[in-house]
Amino acid sequence: MKFDAQDCKLVAKTQLTPTIYDFRLQNAELAEITKPGQFAHLLVPGKTLRRPISICDVEGDMIRLVFEVRGEGTKILAGTEVGDTINMICPLGKGFDIPTDKKIIFVGGGIGVPPMLYSAKSAGKNSVVINGFRDKSAVILTEDFKKIGCKLIETTDNGSYGIHGFVTQPLEEMIDNADMICACGPTPMLKNIAAMAQQHQKECFVSLEQRMACGVGACLGCAVGVKKADGSTTYQHVCKNGPVFRAEEVAW
Amino acid sequence: MADLSVNIAGVHFDNPIIAASGTIGFGHEYGELYPLSVFGGISCKGTTLKERPGNPPPRIAETPMGMLNAVGLQNPGVEHFINVELPWLKQQNTVVIANAAGSTEEDYCKITEILSDTDVDMIELNISCPNVKEGGAQFGTSPESVEKITKAVRKHCTKPLIIKLSPNVADIAAVAKAAESAGADAVSLINTLTGMRIDINTRKPIIKNVTGGMSGPAVFPVAVRMVYQVKKAVKIPVIGLGGISTWQDAVEMIMAGADAIQIGTVLFTDPYAPIKISEGLHGYLDSHDIASVTELTATVKV
Repeated sequence: MKFDAQDCKLVAKTQLTPTIYDFRLQNAELAEITKPGQFAHLLVPGKTLRRPISICDVEGDMIRLVFEVRGEGTKILAGTEVGDTINMICPLGKGFDIPTDKKIIFVGGGIGVPPMLYSAKSAGKNSVVINGFRDKSAVILTEDFKKIGCKLIETTDNGSYGIHGFVTQPLEEMIDNADMICACGPTPMLKNIAAMAQQHQKECFVSLEQRMACGVGACLGCAVGVKKADGSTTYQHVCKNGPVFRAEEVAW
Repeated sequence: MADLSVNIAGVHFDNPIIAASGTIGFGHEYGELYPLSVFGGISCKGTTLKERPGNPPPRIAETPMGMLNAVGLQNPGVEHFINVELPWLKQQNTVVIANAAGSTEEDYCKITEILSDTDVDMIELNISCPNVKEGGAQFGTSPESVEKITKAVRKHCTKPLIIKLSPNVADIAAVAKAAESAGADAVSLINTLTGMRIDINTRKPIIKNVTGGMSGPAVFPVAVRMVYQVKKAVKIPVIGLGGISTWQDAVEMIMAGADAIQIGTVLFTDPYAPIKISEGLHGYLDSHDIASVTELTATVKV
């Protein structure tokens, strides 16, 4: 089984910020096959389209999802109560392929931070995590990252917490010591990181998002421009070819 | 148990549930979840003579009880379909319907001729894709143009020919009649309704293509009405689609006049929908002592 649509019981729910929720959903079968950087596609009662949410972590038979309320669908999801079930198609997409013998810098921006947790955890204690947030009120998962034993650097755009500035500043200082960069966050941030990685000749993988329908690769809705070998641009799909792409392949 | 099998233009389907073109690709993805034989047939992704990259993103927007899409006929081209997809599809114990698209009459004739020389069971002519400037929609907008393209293609098509109709017309019955008189073996309807959504913060259309095709439960009543009108107007089989999400919707569409149905957008909401619809159809027919699903077609009492 590569993936399946199954009911998952919500066993724990916390609110991390006024708009960000932390769900732990129980499903041993799906948890076992879920890898870092993949995503789950959540059925929203009353909505035609599911909502793709990246995997934050897997803890035994528990799949952890940390998501932001952005519109009607995620608002309905946030209203799910402990004990209720959510139907999820999981695990979907191609995640981060994390080698254990390389020095990896994980970079998360805003709601792109959660998928870095399972990814950094898989990489072991030598990994470095740089997480950036808008301001202090948006900071999430600090203790969780500390627990996995990685080196954690946090930034805020306005300096209200951690380093004042963007994630690219500490990354620039550390990039020469790394073998590989894995990033998830807003497109401008990913684009800058991709350019920096190219300049320093480092392998770089980015996790992208796009408006999505089927989630499995059938409808071809969630297109992302990628460069072909001959320099021309074609489309691949976030749900099946991604969400993780080699940064140099993306037609920014 | 009741008999769910149907015969459309001489082709036997084990059940009347067909996957709608553009929602299932060439079957591989949903084939991870169940055997594709849960579908009576599969209408494959719209295929053109040459590979098409499709439209720039975003291609998708949600709507109340539905969605818009403007994928733009992204497909690997007919040669790839025949050499790579078709041999696998033919082993899946389901009827394989090729969905042929193009931008000129010549394209349609040529692709139909190529597909006629393969193992596909049927050809569905996509003259109603609303998302490509030259996606054939202009052939599907009037009875005259539908008659002309159908007549031209018919000469090159040795497979049972389904004409897929656009709902973006004034008189759907007249369009269906035109297809029938020009030699269509069946009609399928409805393709998507052209729609649009705007992001009120950026004042930009959500879909890069500006407009997209609307599908999902919201279009279901429109589809039921059009299938009802078309069934009264033609003698050839009618394949009903548009927003079918439950077995009750399937029963309703069949009562309106459908000899078979297609499901599409519901797969995105619930990938297991074909199995649930099939079970529900069995339950309904058995509880009403109806031996065959064919006895239900066009039985609406008006």
